Amino acid sequence: MPEPVAPFTSRVIPLPAENVDTDQIIPARFLKTTEKSGLAEGLFYNWRYLPDGTPRPDFVLNRPEMAGRAVLLGGPNFGPGSSREHAPWALLAWGIRAVISTGFADIFRQNALKNGLLPIAVPTERHAALFELVAADPDVELTVDLAAQSVRVLPSRPGVAAAAAVGETFPFEIDPFARQMLLEGTDEIGYVLGRLPAIETWEAAHPARVNTLA
Amino acid sequence: MTETPRPRTLVEKIWDDHVVRQEEGAPAILAIDLHLVHEVTSPQAFTGLRARGLPVRHPERTVATEDHSIPTLPRTGRDLPTVDSQAAFQVAQLERNCRDFGIPLHGVGSDTQGIVHVIGPELGLSQPGMTIVCGDSHTATHGAVGALAFGIGTSEVEMVLATQCLLQRRPKTYEVRVDGRLAPGVSAKDIILALIARIGVGGGTGHVFEYTGEAIRALGMEQRMTICNMSIEGGARAGLVAPDDTTFEYLRGRRHAPQGAAWDAAVERWRTLPSDPGAVYDRSITLDASALEPMVTYGTNPGMGIGIGGHIPDPSAAPDEAGRRALEKALGYMDLRPGEPIAGRKVDVVFIGSCTNSRIGDLRQAAALLRGRHVAAGTRLLVVPGSQQVKAQAEREGLDEVFRAAGGEWRESGCSMCIAMNGDQLEPGEYAVSTSNRNFEGRQGTGGRTFLASPLTAAASAIAGVVADPRPLVDRDPAVVGGR
Ligand code: SF4
Repeated sequence: MPEPVAPFTSRVIPLPAENVDTDQIIPARFLKTTEKSGLAEGLFYNWRYLPDGTPRPDFVLNRPEMAGRAVLLGGPNFGPGSSREHAPWALLAWGIRAVISTGFADIFRQNALKNGLLPIAVPTERHAALFELVAADPDVELTVDLAAQSVRVLPSRPGVAAAAAVGETFPFEIDPFARQMLLEGTDEIGYVLGRLPAIETWEAAHPARVNTLA
Repeated sequence: MTETPRPRTLVEKIWDDHVVRQEEGAPAILAIDLHLVHEVTSPQAFTGLRARGLPVRHPERTVATEDHSIPTLPRTGRDLPTVDSQAAFQVAQLERNCRDFGIPLHGVGSDTQGIVHVIGPELGLSQPGMTIVCGDSHTATHGAVGALAFGIGTSEVEMVLATQCLLQRRPKTYEVRVDGRLAPGVSAKDIILALIARIGVGGGTGHVFEYTGEAIRALGMEQRMTICNMSIEGGARAGLVAPDDTTFEYLRGRRHAPQGAAWDAAVERWRTLPSDPGAVYDRSITLDASALEPMVTYGTNPGMGIGIGGHIPDPSAAPDEAGRRALEKALGYMDLRPGEPIAGRKVDVVFIGSCTNSRIGDLRQAAALLRGRHVAAGTRLLVVPGSQQVKAQAEREGLDEVFRAAGGEWRESGCSMCIAMNGDQLEPGEYAVSTSNRNFEGRQGTGGRTFLASPLTAAASAIAGVVADPRPLVDRDPAVVGGR
C-alpha cells in the first residue's frame, strides 16, 4: 500500500539543464536490476562522476549542502526519453520528493505519480523566477502541499522572494485523480480490480483480437 | 430522429472501442488487446503480482521476448555470454516469470526471438484497431499497423498483467501530414528526424501523432514503423498510420494474423478505422517530403538534427537562454564547433540496428550501398538484425556475406548498441553514425557520441569513414535503392 503524501518542506536543488532525459537520470547499465531499491547510487551517474569514478566537483548533487534536499528545480521539459520507471525510483531513493519544471514528458509524469514523486509544472515566467530566487537565496525553503495544490515560499532572508516575483505561495496543477489517489494512499490496481464486473462485461462483449499462445 | 455521427479520428475510434468504464473526473479504464513484455522493465511488476497473490489476467494476450540486456555475440549452445551476472539473472528471471505465469516467451534460442517492436508486427500480433502496450517507450512502433500503441512504466506493466486494463486519460490528437514524394536516397528516417528537428523533443507532449499525406501512403510498412517508432522522440507517447492495402498485404498470412473467413471479416472492420472526412485534430503540422535531404543529428537529443548539407548551428543564435545553454552543452559533449559542416566528420563506429532500422528493408538498403565496397580503414561497422527472422531472411538473401565482405560484423538479434547495456558499446569519445533513435549523452556507451541517421546514410558513412551523403552512391546505382 502506498503511503499517503503529506506536506513537506525542503530546500531546493537547482538543475537548469533543458530536456533532462531519463538516460541521464539513470543510465541504462543500472537497469539490469530486478529490484526497485538500490538505485540512489546510479542517479545522474554520468553527470555525478568522472570516468574514474571520482565525483565531479562541479555537479550540483555533489555539493555537500545538497544532501537531504527533496525538491529538484529542473530545466524545461523534464524527463523525456525512455519509459524506465527506474528514473523516479532513483530520484526517490536519493531523497527527491518533488520536481519542478515547465512541463514533463508524459511517461515520466505518469511514472512519477505512481510512486508519489510530485511533478510540479509551473508557467515559464514563474519557473525562471524560481531559478532567480534560488540563486539569490540558496537556502530558501519550499513547502509542497499536495492537498492544497500549492507551494509556499519560505525565504531565509526577507525580501528576496518579492524581488524575484515568485510570490508567497503559488498553485500548481495536477491530475485530480492522481492527487486523490496519492492523498489517500489508494492503490490503483486495487481500484481497477474493484471494478472487475465492468471489465468482465466488456470482455464478454469484445472477443480477444489475438491469442499469443496459438 | 437519427443524428449524424460526429466525424472521428482514427485515435478516437480506437479509444472509444476500448473504454471499459468512464467515471466522472476519473481517467478511463481502457482495455488492452496486446501486452508485450521484455526482461528489463518487467521483473518488479511480476514481483508486485506475486506479492498480491494475483495471476496474469490474460497470458494469452501477453507475449515476451529477451532483447535489451542479451549479448549479440554468436550463440553457441545454452550458455549466453551475458555482460555480467546481473544481466544473466535478469534473463533467467524473465524465463521463470513466463513459466510461472503461463506467458509465451520468444526467448534466446528461439527462431522468433528479437527486439520486442520488431517481432510484434513480424508475427502478425500487432493488428489495426488494437490497443498495444509495453514497458518501453518505442511501443509507438506498432502504430504503423494502425494500432494505438504506447509505452508504459513498470507500475503500469503490473496493472496490465493484473487487469488487462490501464487507467488513461484520452490523449489529444496531432496530425502530421507529409505531402510530396521523397527523393532517391532520402527515406522514412529522414522524415521523422526532420519532424523532430522542427517541433523539438517536447513538441508532441500530451498528444498522439497521426501521420497522413501522400508521402506516408507511399511508404511500405517497415518505413512506417521507422516513423512511428520515433514518435516518442517528438514527445508523443504514440504515433500511428491509418491502415490501408499496404497494411493488409503486410499482415496477410502472418502467424497470428486472422485466417480465412476471419481475415475477411477483420479487413472489413479495419477498413472502417481511418479518420472520417472532417474529423478534427487538436493540432496539425505539414511537411514537404520532396524538400527533404538526408538528416543527421549533431547534438544530444533527437531534435538537434540538420540536413546532411548543413552546418553546426551557433548557440549565440538560439532564441532563448535555455536553448543557448542546451546547445552549448551539447556541442561541448559532442566536441563540435558552430559553423562547421556535419558531413566529413570522422566516424569510429557505424551501427545499423535497433527497433528503428533493423528490419529486412533497412538491411537491404544498407547492403545495396555496401555491395562490392569496403568499410573505411579505422571505422568499425556493426550490423545487428532486429530479429532471428530478419537474420534468417537476410542470410537467405546473402546480405550477411555482403556486410562481412565489406568488413562489417554480423550479429545475433537484440537491442545491442542502441542501449549499450549488453556489451555492445562505444568507447569514451568515440563517434558513431547510428540508425537507432537516441543520441542522448552516454546512450551508446559512457562518453560515446552519436549521429543519428538513416541506414543509407549509415552505409555511406561506413564506406567513407566520415559522415557522408548517400545520394551520390544512390545516384550512381539507382536500380539498387529506390530510397523508399
Ligand atoms: S532497440 Fe533500442 S530503442 Fe528499441 S527497444 Fe531496444 S533499446 Fe529500446
